[in-house]
Amino acid sequence: MTEHARTWPTTVPRPSATFDDYTLSEIRRAASTGIYDIRGAGAKRRVPNFDDLLLLGASMSRYPLEGYRERCGTDVVLGTRFAKKPIKLSIPITIAGMSFGSLSANAKEALGRGASLAGTSTTTGDGGMTPEERGQSKYLVYQYLPSRYGMNPDDLRKADAIEIVIGQGAKPGGGGMLLGQKISDRVAAMRQLPKGIDQRSACRHPDWTGADDLELKIQELREITDWEKPIYLKVGASRPYFDVALAVKSGADVVVLDGMQGGTAATQEVFIEHVGIPLLSAIRPAVQALQDLGMHRKVQLIVSGGIRNGADVAKALALGADAVAIGTAALVALGDNDPKWEKEYAALGTRAGCYDDWHEGKDPSGITTQTPALMSRLDPVSAGRRLANYLKVLTLEAQTLARACGKNHLHNLEPEDLVALTLEAAAMAKVPLAGTSWIPGSGI
Amino acid sequence: MPNIDLAKTSVRELNAALHRLTPTTNETFWTVTNPGGEHSIAVGVDADVTINIEGNAGYFCGGMNKNATIVVEGSAGQGVGENMMSGLIHVKGDASQSAGATGRGGRLIVEGNASARCGISMKGIDIVVKGDIGHLSAFMGQNGRLVVFGEAGEALGDSLYEARLYVRGPVASLGADCVEKEMREEHKAELIELLKSCGEAFKIDVSEFKRYGSARKLYNFNIDNAGAY
Repeated sequence: MTEHARTWPTTVPRPSATFDDYTLSEIRRAASTGIYDIRGAGAKRRVPNFDDLLLLGASMSRYPLEGYRERCGTDVVLGTRFAKKPIKLSIPITIAGMSFGSLSANAKEALGRGASLAGTSTTTGDGGMTPEERGQSKYLVYQYLPSRYGMNPDDLRKADAIEIVIGQGAKPGGGGMLLGQKISDRVAAMRQLPKGIDQRSACRHPDWTGADDLELKIQELREITDWEKPIYLKVGASRPYFDVALAVKSGADVVVLDGMQGGTAATQEVFIEHVGIPLLSAIRPAVQALQDLGMHRKVQLIVSGGIRNGADVAKALALGADAVAIGTAALVALGDNDPKWEKEYAALGTRAGCYDDWHEGKDPSGITTQTPALMSRLDPVSAGRRLANYLKVLTLEAQTLARACGKNHLHNLEPEDLVALTLEAAAMAKVPLAGTSWIPGSGI
Repeated sequence: MPNIDLAKTSVRELNAALHRLTPTTNETFWTVTNPGGEHSIAVGVDADVTINIEGNAGYFCGGMNKNATIVVEGSAGQGVGENMMSGLIHVKGDASQSAGATGRGGRLIVEGNASARCGISMKGIDIVVKGDIGHLSAFMGQNGRLVVFGEAGEALGDSLYEARLYVRGPVASLGADCVEKEMREEHKAELIELLKSCGEAFKIDVSEFKRYGSARKLYNFNIDNAGAY
């Protein structure tokens, strides 16, 4: 019988689309350890993104600008609503908040150096302000988080802007997490915590609840800093229309909107992949809220979460953002996940490009670690140079696309310059499906 | 002796004047009249001066205070003395929610009651409440001391780190990872010092207080403790 069966054609082994290799490995991991998976970075699954949009460029009905010759402005002013001292950046690409603690002091210094060379700002994180970062950052945004680790009025006054963090795209509704292996003496001292414990930051602010309280909190921060500093509000993308409207009501100068592709230092995998919405789907409702309140361009909108190249920058701005922020891409520019550490990534059970156990503090590239031997691998000067180069490329790319659309400033890009490749992207970005005049959901 | 009348002058002008003070200022005693529950009164002060607020204050009175002595003759709204670094804030009436939240140093004294979340995320401040405190007080308290003459509401010291809590009256319930601890001689001595600093030493028998602190079971994740969350 067995011999007979061999003569029949058989089907090839068929992996399940539902129970794919990753899912199977996760079930085995969970069954073995009894604890959820924690990792860094943002959503890894494919979600509708800027690759699903195209810029139309100019031809007969639109007039292009000469590449390299005709001016295409890139500057942006943030905080024009109430702050006495708005921030004037050369490029509309900022560095997102990342903490000292999750990142090494060298990495924070490199971010400051790179941002300053490019004429843009960098941002502290859930661990206070380090002298390295302040010293090397021409424009430093100081995050005001629920944990208030290291918070003090002197650093608040040293900052160029204050960013009140309500949430982030990787985990709207979630607090922070820094596992014990990264709580070194210095990190512990800055956070007033014992060394080596798992530090979970609160998900709610301790002294205000809701938008009415937040309005008073913003007033207090303005009073403490004599109304000089722009005050940003950062929200994870979930209900952008309402969150942005409430941010305006609360008195923010700038809204930072972070999509689900935005990175985190350490969060549960299930949280990263299943909470929040893609950046592509969040920008138009946010801009709509600003427009409905007559505040578009008056309260500036910074968007983040998966920005990778100048096309992403141009498309985000065309949808109505005033600037973008990058986090994960900036770390890659510094040297994160570089194939030159391939052997060490393999020893950690991963490979270059996939390494996301940032919470473990074993980063071969010396970025997401507090171990001195690893940290010393990252030279803040050359890493800062790489970041500056990368920011320059993003800017040049965005300018190239804007000129092709006939725009003499990146802010003159508009939704009319865009079409979508997919129905989903057309509906989310509210631009027509390519080759049609159809915007799904518009009723046209 | 500057007097600022908040019926005629804005909080913004008051704070700007206080921020202009230098360490050698002669203007060391300020009175604020007609505070009328205004918010953000005397925030971000960094000077060794006394500010007497003759009435009720709104939200965040004395926020991020350094060095100053701030007296609220009435009651204080939400977040009084939030993130204060040093100095003294003395509330003669009651305090609303989140009194002394995230405070890193100095002393907050409340003659009356404090509401929910008193001393939430405290990081080194000493808080003395002569009445009762509300629920979730000292949540995630990292450091400093909280002394309560009266009762504490539910979930006292939830997710506590190293803050030390002394409560004389009944505690409705303890939060996750907060336990009653032995009141040893060193703790009685510590409590006497704290009572001295608010003029109550030897008026109260410190042995009437119970001490609460962290069981430290949630300091490093252990799946067997997941039920405690």
